[in-house]
Amino acid sequence: MKILVAIKRVVDHSVRVRPNSQATAMDIAGAKMAINPFCEIAVEEAVRLKEQGIATEVVVVSIGADTAQEQLRAALALGADRAILVKTSADLQPLAVAHCLHKLVEREQPGLVLLGKQSIDGDNNQTGQMLAALCGYAQGTFASRLVIEGDKARVTREIDGGLQTLLLRLPAVVTTDLRLNQPRYPTLPNIMKARQKPLATMTPEELAVDVTPRVRTLKFELPPSRQAGEKVKDVEALLARLREAQLI
Amino acid sequence: MDNINILVIADHDNHSIHPATYKVVGAANQLRHVGKVHLDVLLTGYRCGGLAQSLAQTAGVDNVLLVDDPVCEHQLAESITPIVVTLAPAYTHIMIAASTAGKNLLPRAAALLDVQAISEVMAILAPDTFVRPVYAGSALATVVSDDALKLLTIRTSAFQAAEQTGGNAAIRQLAGPPPQQLSELVDQQLAVSERPELTAARVVVAGGRGLQSGENFNLVYRLADKLHAAVGASRAAVDAGFVANDMQVGQTGKIVAPELYIAVGISGAVQHLAGMKDSRVIVAINNDEDAPIFQVADYGLVGDLFDVLPEIIDKL
Repeated sequence: MKILVAIKRVVDHSVRVRPNSQATAMDIAGAKMAINPFCEIAVEEAVRLKEQGIATEVVVVSIGADTAQEQLRAALALGADRAILVKTSADLQPLAVAHCLHKLVEREQPGLVLLGKQSIDGDNNQTGQMLAALCGYAQGTFASRLVIEGDKARVTREIDGGLQTLLLRLPAVVTTDLRLNQPRYPTLPNIMKARQKPLATMTPEELAVDVTPRVRTLKFELPPSRQAGEKVKDVEALLARLREAQLI
Repeated sequence: MDNINILVIADHDNHSIHPATYKVVGAANQLRHVGKVHLDVLLTGYRCGGLAQSLAQTAGVDNVLLVDDPVCEHQLAESITPIVVTLAPAYTHIMIAASTAGKNLLPRAAALLDVQAISEVMAILAPDTFVRPVYAGSALATVVSDDALKLLTIRTSAFQAAEQTGGNAAIRQLAGPPPQQLSELVDQQLAVSERPELTAARVVVAGGRGLQSGENFNLVYRLADKLHAAVGASRAAVDAGFVANDMQVGQTGKIVAPELYIAVGISGAVQHLAGMKDSRVIVAINNDEDAPIFQVADYGLVGDLFDVLPEIIDKL
């Protein structure tokens, strides 16, 4: 079974970002970039399935600027076999990304598509569901456990009320939650090896996908800030404050 | 004035309506300031007919569209999406809570309707203009949708609930969707709790890594019970296995905005703050006086939670 994994290049989770002074975009110039953490979990899961002999090939794909090659190489160093970059400078939105991935699914015919449940920049949590719809596949979102059973995937999902386990017909789309696995660190030999692995590039136009944004952002602004309040000296003082405010 | 036709998709478990549903109706009602609103609520499930009666009482609702069918029992996205897609042409807006159920369903329908959905709407400025958080709430984006149909998931902590009485909606039964072979439910392990629901509670007590073990979380539960509070947790506490995933508050967990949020042994990573910083009053209890949680706390108490919590419980 071939697995297609989609990854996104994002600002590293440890970097605090702010809107630029014109409020037209987030100021991310020079920020440390990384594979979106949820996407990294997706790569790890695919590599583990290959190590278990369930997957035969792991193809990792990213859609975005040329610089996303860095993250594709990082995914190759984690154990993916080959990479595809769909190169565009467009302001990409989930529907456009899902359309590009749909075309790649048609070309590659994977048995399973793995994505992160959301990216930590846009926080949309849409692309996997949209891709599943366009392909006519089942979807297992927010997965914390994934077991392949013949032509089915057993997916345990983290939902608001607790856990839900679904049986999905393959091919299917699965999006990862935090507790699916703990991604490995790449080893130096694997980083070296990743440089030799194939990385193909194409464009949305070659896939016949229109990536024009449907949603325009008028401005980015800081949320209302909270001021640090007072440090109370002991429990008595804390309870007195909360009683004054009629909170308890 | 524009005609605004809104479909709200109800969040429920066949037994009760989730309070988030009334918040979404409340968000929809805001559009009455700018246009003539027609508002329907879609209820899809199995043996959920009784819930249609209560939804029909909700202020502002014109019709409750009821699909009561075994295919809809578990509300799998593969089953419900065709219903939404079929109904969509009659509406200008389709809204659902940004719950895991809403996030699972709405984008699937959006792709088939060729609409770029908008996630976690926190404010509705105009029929096509919305505010939503990005980068874990580090910024708020004001966005305009150029699609004729708007599909929105609603951050329910940001809106007032519609009144649950005073409405007199008609209940219209619709045919069930065709059976689908893509997905089936195997099992659900749902948390059963006597405590208030996390996203709707007036008071939330949340614990973090500082609790050190699942057993020690009993202190958090005891304090919560004294305050009739819901219990939340940081990602660190969930990852460490102290508590179940459904208690996680943060960027990728639940978003809460209670009157009072008490953070115990939580350092205050930006991803956690994203889920609770709109609470009205925040209390932080932590032994590290430099913990970032104190920068957003109205009242901070530096101390060992294993001393502080028993004392609070004792004095309440």
